[in-house]
Amino acid sequence: MIGCIRPSRHANSLQMLKSTSIDIESIEGLAARIPDGVSMVVAPDYSGCAMDVIRALIRRRIKHLHLIGVPQVGFQGDMLVGADCVAILEAAAVTLGEYGPAPRFSAAVKTGKLELRDSTCPAIHAGLQAAEKGIPFMPLRGILGSDLLVYRDDWRVINNPYVNGDGDPIVLLPAIRPDFALFHATLADRNGNVWIGVQRELMLMAHAARTTLVSVEAFTDNDLLADDRTAAGTIPALYVSALAEAKYGAWPVGLRNCYPPDADHLRQYCEMAATEDGFRGYLRTHVEAEPVTA
Amino acid sequence: MNRHWRVQELLIAAIARMLDGLGHVAVGASSPIPGAAALLARTRSGGQMRVSVLGSEHDNFFTDGGRELFDCAAQGRIDAFFLGGGQIDGAANINLVGVGGYPQSRVRFPGSFGSAYLYFLIPRVILFREEHTPRVLVPKVDFVSAPGTSAHNVYRPGGPHALVTSRCVFTFESVSRCFRLSSIHPGHTVQEIVEQTGFDFEMSGTIGETAIPDRETLDLIRGPVADVIGRTYPAFAKRLFADTAA
Repeated sequence: MIGCIRPSRHANSLQMLKSTSIDIESIEGLAARIPDGVSMVVAPDYSGCAMDVIRALIRRRIKHLHLIGVPQVGFQGDMLVGADCVAILEAAAVTLGEYGPAPRFSAAVKTGKLELRDSTCPAIHAGLQAAEKGIPFMPLRGILGSDLLVYRDDWRVINNPYVNGDGDPIVLLPAIRPDFALFHATLADRNGNVWIGVQRELMLMAHAARTTLVSVEAFTDNDLLADDRTAAGTIPALYVSALAEAKYGAWPVGLRNCYPPDADHLRQYCEMAATEDGFRGYLRTHVEAEPVTA
Repeated sequence: MNRHWRVQELLIAAIARMLDGLGHVAVGASSPIPGAAALLARTRSGGQMRVSVLGSEHDNFFTDGGRELFDCAAQGRIDAFFLGGGQIDGAANINLVGVGGYPQSRVRFPGSFGSAYLYFLIPRVILFREEHTPRVLVPKVDFVSAPGTSAHNVYRPGGPHALVTSRCVFTFESVSRCFRLSSIHPGHTVQEIVEQTGFDFEMSGTIGETAIPDRETLDLIRGPVADVIGRTYPAFAKRLFADTAA
């Protein structure tokens, strides 16, 4: 299995990478690259979540994010909303899956402070695909008659120009060109190529975003592009601006083929985050304290 | 009542019967009971049915990322799917967003997920919600995440097939655009269903009793199906099958 190759102990990654254009950062350094007020795409809990970087962003009190879930957000979304880091939330859903409703998101909705851009999964993908292609919009089936369309004044309906009259109305979605993509992956090589396997929504995010920041479990000394078996699931360094090494960096939501979600911790989060005070206590213990992983 | 089956097992078996003969059944987010039903149907299909479970490491054959399920649906490659709803109304509109206003909802649900798209494109969408009360089954949803039916000029090969709850099975009548009571689960009554349903529905002819799962079906559900669904929904499997694990 390709997953979870242990980090090489002998190589000094900074020295090795001087000959390339890829930047290796600390977790805090990666977080420092994301200014207040930017748009940022992140992955769902089952894909690749850069939780260490999210905690660093909360520590540095990032503000006014336009957070976009591809196509939904989980714990990182609830944490960022709870910590008052998010101004605009664009997603098909905010969900903690089996752990229950997202408590800080639900509370923020009631206050009206959060600008919601409710979407539907394929609309997020299609918007990113438009950005990927460098075109201004993408048509998409469905959505007609949904109240989503009522509240999304950036979505349009036209008649299919290849059919006469109003015989085939179809929705147009503007391209989603995020300032940043932030995610966690299993492995990167010394050239800055990032292996994502079948989590190809991460590839889409990197293609669409202006700047892509990735934390990885480990670096490999092998060239991921040298073997088609890894190259097919690899984001070329062209799309990657900076990397940080973060062993267990997706804790507590887990990482496919590497480690499962930390169910006990996630349940504890839901209990604590049920109230504002409880959530502040969670932040003090698990975020504000010195960086910890599992 | 001393019975040898659980209501969730009855629901799994009832939904599985609606999937017999299909080629590809997809299971979306937060859908352990429909997921178990799809896996049961697959087990009984003798290798004829494919099932993809969103969010599963083992039971998801897609390799092109999050978009593939949706592209696949638009191409007509998915025969059945499942949707729920914080509210479902008599026109089969579903609300996954919230109640008591928008955007400042009094009660907020997770969001529409892929419903506003897949409901249009997958031929057999089975609506599933365990809770069968007037607060869930309402005359008119507060927010239409996805409409039950569409105007004649809207491209819509898909739509609602049935609504399964903890009390009964409704089928959706596409001509009259409303639900018809199809079968009542053992231990429940027509009067109770009328009282607990906030929308009007058709009742015609004989209304049968939902078939209880037989021994063979229960063994499959508690054995291989429980094992597989537990990989994606461990808490569900632990809660439901703790004392009958094969």
